[in-house]
Amino acid sequence: MSSRSRVVLFLVSAAGLAAIFAWGFRDLPPMGDYRGPYGYALTQVAVYERHATDVVNAINYDYRGFDTLEEEFILFASVMGVLLIFRPAKGGKGDDDEKKKRQTQIDDDLPISDSLRVSMQGMAGIMIVFGVYIAAHGQLTPGGGFQGGVILASVPLVVYLSGNWRAFEQIISNPLVKIAECGGAAGYAVIGISALFFGAHFLTNIVPLGVTGDPFSAGTIALISLSVGAEVTGGFVLLMHVYLQEIIEERLGKKS
Amino acid sequence: MMTSHAPYFIAAWIFLWGLYGIVTSKNLVHQVVCLAILQTSTYVLLLAIGFKVGGTAPVFADIPVGTVVVDPLVQALMLTDVVVEATVMALLLSMVVKANELAGTVDPEELRILTG
Repeated sequence: MSSRSRVVLFLVSAAGLAAIFAWGFRDLPPMGDYRGPYGYALTQVAVYERHATDVVNAINYDYRGFDTLEEEFILFASVMGVLLIFRPAKGGKGDDDEKKKRQTQIDDDLPISDSLRVSMQGMAGIMIVFGVYIAAHGQLTPGGGFQGGVILASVPLVVYLSGNWRAFEQIISNPLVKIAECGGAAGYAVIGISALFFGAHFLTNIVPLGVTGDPFSAGTIALISLSVGAEVTGGFVLLMHVYLQEIIEERLGKKS
Repeated sequence: MMTSHAPYFIAAWIFLWGLYGIVTSKNLVHQVVCLAILQTSTYVLLLAIGFKVGGTAPVFADIPVGTVVVDPLVQALMLTDVVVEATVMALLLSMVVKANELAGTVDPEELRILTG
């Protein structure tokens, strides 16, 4: 397609977009005026029906659980896609010894201030506790698996910033990361399927709901939240791992 | 009219800047970031739709059921997307890396090769 025809195509679509915008903005209700029936109904019933005080997560992991399962698999598929695209070439570029040597060199090259080194070392432990706390209390307070997982996945970055390169390398290449990624993704589906064995529909909340406000309440909402937390952590750490491998190979390629 | 609709206009403004970036971009990495910006407009839009005057967060841990709260449904819709978007960005950027390896450029104008 020539650049002139592309400009024409753009102008036509831009005119269409402008028309849709003008139409959309014409009878806009003022902000705060929307009365969504579903959201309102759920805020009234979620605490009684599911014993979950955070309605957002009651929706995510229960009322709308099937959609969240799909979204989780989008995440899973993207991570797998990155792994597939960055898969090691056949025959391999450079041997492992050289990689190790180069990594040590990168390690030494890192300019890290003492203040960063000291403050980040304390941060890692706090962040692990905070991440698990957020993932485990999703049904009670704002948080849940997605948020807790991202916090946990940034722990290796904090270790990296503290200058402990080898510990970072050990964390991100640990087989547990892949187990968390796949186990988390499968766990959600398994929790959904296990409802079938009790004669209920897929993703029905079959686990006893417990006392409202208790950390072990809300049945499958808490379990799914933890499973999503494991998957998100694993997924993001895997991404870090493959991108890092790519950087190392890039540098190796330039050196040789 | 402007003030009561401000969040909707802000959402449109972010969306259009993201779109402008994607259309005029000369660099695939820049283009992916513009797509991320474009997508954040949906967060502003969804949160604006769910807002209720005088509403608080839809978490009944320390407030009685029946208190006026904002719509939890739109929040649930955007919540998962924030994380999923990050991994989709990672996937797009990995494609950019491969495109750079294969074509030697990240300028979409010069990416004219279509080989298997």
